[in-house]
Amino acid sequence: METNDIAISIEGVKKRYRLGVIGGGTLQRDLQSWWARVRGKEDPNRRIGAKQYEKDETFMALDGIDLTIQKGERVGIIGHNGAGKSTLLKLLSRVTAPTEGRICIDGRIASMLEVGTGFHRELTGRENIYLNGAILGMTKAEVDAKMDEIIAFSECGQFIDTPVKRYSSGMYVKLAFSVAAHLENEIMIMDEVLAVGDMAFQKKCLDKMNAVSRDQGRTILYVSHNMNTIRQLCNRCVVMDHGKIVFDGSVEEGIARYLGAGGEDDFPVFYDYSQKVRRWRVGTEARLLSFRFLHADRAIFERYTPVPIEVTYRSESDLEGLQLVFRVRNTQSIGELGAMLSAPFSARKGEIETVRLTIDCSQLLDDRYLGSVELIKQMAFGNYAPLDNPDAYMPFQIMNNRSDDLRWIKRAWGNLRLNDMTVDSVSDRTE
Amino acid sequence: MSKQWTTVIVPKQKLLELNLKEVWKYRDLIGLFVQRNLKARYKQTILGPLWYIIQPLFTTIVQTFVFGWIAGLPTDGLPQFLFYMAGNVPWAYFAACLVGTSNTFVDNAPVFGKVYFPRLTMPIATAVTAIVNFGIQFLMFLGFTLFFMIRGMDVHITWIAALTPLLILQLALLGVGFGIIISSLTTKYRDLHVLVEFGVSLWMYATPIIYSASTLPPEWSSIILLNPVAPIIELLRYGWLGAGTTPFFHWGISWATTFVVLFLGVVIFNRVEKTFMDTV
Repeated sequence: METNDIAISIEGVKKRYRLGVIGGGTLQRDLQSWWARVRGKEDPNRRIGAKQYEKDETFMALDGIDLTIQKGERVGIIGHNGAGKSTLLKLLSRVTAPTEGRICIDGRIASMLEVGTGFHRELTGRENIYLNGAILGMTKAEVDAKMDEIIAFSECGQFIDTPVKRYSSGMYVKLAFSVAAHLENEIMIMDEVLAVGDMAFQKKCLDKMNAVSRDQGRTILYVSHNMNTIRQLCNRCVVMDHGKIVFDGSVEEGIARYLGAGGEDDFPVFYDYSQKVRRWRVGTEARLLSFRFLHADRAIFERYTPVPIEVTYRSESDLEGLQLVFRVRNTQSIGELGAMLSAPFSARKGEIETVRLTIDCSQLLDDRYLGSVELIKQMAFGNYAPLDNPDAYMPFQIMNNRSDDLRWIKRAWGNLRLNDMTVDSVSDRTE
Repeated sequence: MSKQWTTVIVPKQKLLELNLKEVWKYRDLIGLFVQRNLKARYKQTILGPLWYIIQPLFTTIVQTFVFGWIAGLPTDGLPQFLFYMAGNVPWAYFAACLVGTSNTFVDNAPVFGKVYFPRLTMPIATAVTAIVNFGIQFLMFLGFTLFFMIRGMDVHITWIAALTPLLILQLALLGVGFGIIISSLTTKYRDLHVLVEFGVSLWMYATPIIYSASTLPPEWSSIILLNPVAPIIELLRYGWLGAGTTPFFHWGISWATTFVVLFLGVVIFNRVEKTFMDTV
């Protein structure tokens, strides 16, 4: 690896935050708290019932990050909320300093943690372009050279000498993004800024970012929850979890890893829903308590073998016509691939009931999937009422020992192989 | 490894790493901040920049009435109106630098939290913005001085007036120095902000603005003149109006104070600017 091709080198970076309240906010309160501690009394400023944090109780937002990024790489960073993505970007853009470690950067960094930073409502669009450009590190001469291009890209030409407080929010972000997109910096750091404007403008932004990266060899670091933009923009993917890098490699693998959540080797067969907080507005009438893939150590199944499952539930009243929905989602896309509906079953008041069902996976190609269950009740006129949705995704894998899928093109035809067609006749010949 | 990095980010900075070179690179930004401050302030107002003149003018008129007419405080034989204005205009500049920079971190937290640029650009822009206001007000003061001279009042400009740029620079350094100390502390303690506004109005009375150092008993005046702003005001007034005192010795002490405050300010500011986002 040639050192001169390195754009960013991150070595053992950690960021620690103190838990609890940092200071009382006023000097008087801090003195009060200090005096109470000295006398061994309870802090009068502590919230009632609040957890007492020890002095050195801390939280590691980043826990030992090592990452080397070559010039011209377009790195997508994904991870769940709180994984440390934004903290990492903040350190890189020098908004705050690391607790430990070292970050070396070769080239000017343009950080777009938010578009339109420093825009002033009273100034005109043109004045704001100068100001925003300067905040992002451009000189006035550089902005002058790019001015026409920026205005044209923003599609705000007509209003460029109007104060931005009169702009619609769409125009505002378009203008802001245009400034950032025209920076001459070698490294661009972006935190979901592409989620702006209408669809057409979003596409224009992505194309622009692609163009600057490919044609001018700029390095891009991009954080997003939108897998599609990651796919379109990035050629390398880093997955973060709990302040650590858990995956570094190709985009598709990274996205699969992120959506698969559990990881490659981990396919649990049992899920306890009883303590899970329900996110969706569901009634309190009935609750799913647990889910189990039967007769398996890991949730890995053969495509043509039926999968037995067991679900326990409890209802506050006697219910008829309950149905279980088993939804299947592809790990690489957002949105359901399809769902299976069970035959109706019933519940008796107050009892913990166990229902055994069989899943038919024969239409799923070999791949990783996420299953989730939902309890519904049949109503009149074919409607149904949702009863419970624990909103838990259960990863499982389908294997295929036969060779009938070898020529199936997943990319084009998808992961769901519906029943094959039959050929009845060709030009009136019987086959 | 002979690789030349553009930026190296490490946890702690050296005590006195000033990064003045970086501030210089961002000089366009300072200019734009100044422009923004000036433009944004008086947009959608009736009188616009006229407020620059109205503020000190009315303060002076009220002081002339209250302290001059009612209280009858002596003014070194100078026309009361000129005497008060000569104190008010530089004091207003000092106060603007101090109060303006004391909010640096808290007011700009949304911007500072999103993008890096040398934080010192903000206090510098504040001081430069204030000097524009000061310039306009000072011209007004010169106009009145000329008017009174033509009217034959006992007012004459002395050689000390030539020190004006140096004195104004010192006011700016002092104001910014105190301001950035307070701004660094307000990231943790918000109530210091209240202290500033009220502290500045009290500080004015500890400065010879509505009275002259010459009217005080000597032991009192030597204490008052330890206030670093006091000798500056006295010298300015003597320079342009030709009456009062010329406390050069105390001016030396005042410079020493200025450097200590500025040094402390920059050190604290440097320490805070890297991680203040975590506590603000």
